[in-house]
Amino acid sequence: MSNDEIRAGLAEILEEVAGVLPADVSINKSFTEDLDVDSLSMVEIALAAEERFGVKIPDDELANLKTVGDAVTYIEKAQAAA
Amino acid sequence: MTVGFDGGAGRGRSDGSPVEVVITGLGATTPLGGTVAETWAGLLAGRSGVTPLDTEWAQDHPARIAARLAVEPTTVLERVEARRLDRVQQAAMVAAREAWADAKLGGAGDRGVDPERLAVAIGTGIGGALTMLGQDDVLEERGVRRVSPLTVPMLMPNGPAAAVGLEVGAQGGVHTPVSACASGAEAIALGLDLIRAGRVDVVVAGGSESIVHPLPMAGFAQMRALSTRNDEPAAASRPFDKARDGFVLGEGAGILILERADHAAARGARVHAVLAGAGITSDGYHITAPEPDGRHAARAIVVAVRDAGLTAADIVHVNAHATSTPPGDIAEARAIRAAIGGHPVVTAPKSMLGHLLGAAGAVEAITTVLSVREGIVPITRNLDDLDDEVELDVVRMSPRRLAVPAAINNAFGFGGHNVALAIRKA
Repeated sequence: MSNDEIRAGLAEILEEVAGVLPADVSINKSFTEDLDVDSLSMVEIALAAEERFGVKIPDDELANLKTVGDAVTYIEKAQAAA
Repeated sequence: MTVGFDGGAGRGRSDGSPVEVVITGLGATTPLGGTVAETWAGLLAGRSGVTPLDTEWAQDHPARIAARLAVEPTTVLERVEARRLDRVQQAAMVAAREAWADAKLGGAGDRGVDPERLAVAIGTGIGGALTMLGQDDVLEERGVRRVSPLTVPMLMPNGPAAAVGLEVGAQGGVHTPVSACASGAEAIALGLDLIRAGRVDVVVAGGSESIVHPLPMAGFAQMRALSTRNDEPAAASRPFDKARDGFVLGEGAGILILERADHAAARGARVHAVLAGAGITSDGYHITAPEPDGRHAARAIVVAVRDAGLTAADIVHVNAHATSTPPGDIAEARAIRAAIGGHPVVTAPKSMLGHLLGAAGAVEAITTVLSVREGIVPITRNLDDLDDEVELDVVRMSPRRLAVPAAINNAFGFGGHNVALAIRKA
């Protein structure tokens, strides 16, 4: 899956879970600072991303995913490793 | 934080009279409508909110009828906000927004309230049971990793109060009385106490409930508490009628804005009525059955009347709890006779609303306020044949127009909880 496909998929999840406008989901945006996603919603987003992208996002990895770009990079690597 | 102008000196003003508490906002979402006005219109029209439960799960249940919300909360709330709230919280939010707007406490041009002098008291009988049961299904079917991180904030009984507290920015305390079907009324009584004690100036008070689901329905049915008049849903809830056979489960929310009278006057608020007094007692008799003579229910009424500085003769109207169960309605009829006498004009709104459990006392407090304000008492629907043991003037056929200077609203709950509220004309 391409970098941009992952970003677009995350944007759909963010819209569904937290009402974030897809246009706002660019790779440099911070989930908590810029997109106003709280810690509960982050867990929901991680669960939805696991299902959608077929990867595991353990809690200690989730804590490092500060920006949309962090998440895209992590998911890309995890898919490649699978 | 700032101390109130009375310095927290206690219940009374300097002349010894109690602090007056007025009702400046009303909000409701019920089986008769998504607002107070729609609900009231339904009651005055004598309309039933009870409908068949045509879902598959209901088909092997003894009771296959319920009083569902007339307006789905998800059609009123924002999608993302709704998905973070259990249905019991959604209903509370809808009602609270209406009440808050009605009181004109927030928004441009409105003169509001100090957040530290603002409290919330919203009761519920059960809480977020739909979330608890739904997430249990997720746990069983898909495992622990698929359970929603929102499970706890959605199922906790204080969820409705907490969500509304966030919405209005309350910093003076958020409370959740839980006393089964008396919860909503107890929350209003608590609100009265909080303002009288000088702790806050405004309380967003009421109740919410939404548990139309196989497990609670089965539990109530196994108690033989539910009407099984499945072929005539609109005739199933028939308080005080000889042929009553149980209550009809309903869902909804009612919220009132309670405010210290001088606070309301200072901002030029519209006053619907005065919350003049409250009485709370407990039966100490049985976990679910009412004390047959209604002695402690009567005492709650007596206490409320006295707390309001009124006498039994002043009480022109009683909005009865009367759920349409055979023993409960008789105990309450005896309690009303014993506490007030045979003169009050009585009605039982559950004949149309069904039983909203923890929301009942709040929604019916609102309808009591409207009877006092408007001088009209809705009918008790389905009252074809008054039970011989009910020696009361129960309104039937058409609404009764009369001046209502003061009224009592009753709410009782499993556990032996008795709450009576005294409401006086402004």
